[in-house]
Amino acid sequence: MTKVLTPTAEHEVAARDGLWMSPADAAMITGWSLKPEGMCRAELCVPLPASAVGANEVDVQAFWQKLGGPVVVSEARDVWALGAPAGERNAALEGLQAPEFTLPDVDGTPRSLSELGGKKVFLATWASW
Amino acid sequence: MWQTLYDELKDKNFMVVAVAEESRGAAHARPWIEQAQASGKSSYWQLIDTEHRLEDLYNLVNVPQAIWIDEQGRIVRPPETAGSTDHFRRMDLKTRTMTPEDQAERLAARQAYLDAVRGWVTTGKHALPADAARAALPKVTPEIAEARARFRLGVWLRANGRAAEGDGQLATASRLHPQSWSMWRQAADLDEVGKASGPDFWKRVQALGDQPYYSPPKL
Repeated sequence: MTKVLTPTAEHEVAARDGLWMSPADAAMITGWSLKPEGMCRAELCVPLPASAVGANEVDVQAFWQKLGGPVVVSEARDVWALGAPAGERNAALEGLQAPEFTLPDVDGTPRSLSELGGKKVFLATWASW
Repeated sequence: MWQTLYDELKDKNFMVVAVAEESRGAAHARPWIEQAQASGKSSYWQLIDTEHRLEDLYNLVNVPQAIWIDEQGRIVRPPETAGSTDHFRRMDLKTRTMTPEDQAERLAARQAYLDAVRGWVTTGKHALPADAARAALPKVTPEIAEARARFRLGVWLRANGRAAEGDGQLATASRLHPQSWSMWRQAADLDEVGKASGPDFWKRVQALGDQPYYSPPKL
């Protein structure tokens, strides 16, 4: 099995030769579904070169790089990380709508920024180090 | 530091969300959190971000940084230093003390920042118009995006008993995004608690020369 990390999740899938996997696994990991016109999310489709699509499988590495996202892998090539494309992050911030997140509090209860709608929020980081 | 602010302003439709960028996890952050909170009091959110997800989403480079978000969920001040200053760079490293003048200036800068937050909550002052907020956003580059992915992978490898391999990824992340003190210091801390403020840290700080460690907020 191959481990695939995304910015917000961690998946384990059957993949071969890098990140060739079933369209169902590709959709679970990326949120994009394989269709005749390419990989699609809602109304938007990104065409894929023929070299990135096989019989009931798709090359998620090639797709992710086409989106402009970084793909990195451990030395043993068993753990991969797909990063958010720079353009996607910039567009989200430039829209000025504060990006939504869910993180656990110190007791493990998940908290989401969207729960605080209607309030002014002072969002600050710190660390022990 | 934020408890006073929260206590003072909580009845004004205001919330503090403090996020610990702490790859060692909740147990490691808990003593600081308990010390920061007055016991038994209702409090603001204290969240734990082991993967530095917030730094990825908001393009952050150091702690403490803060983002101000209005009632509509819009960013009205982009990421900026939240109350810390560079006076520490001039401290006597043997005694770990600052001159009284530096201590006073540092305190005044922190106070000015806290006053700005108070001003924002009570009158709306210091909230930036959309174009100014947008112009002040730091840009995510492809190198930064790759650094974030490598950081994510490095933290995962370390958490799964593959420290040497993880450290390799974390070091590459820091090379790709040298402006991120969070990545470098978190990696140093994962290697050994205390290392994030050890001799290598001071060397990196000295190498900044005239560049700020904490860019002052433009209030």
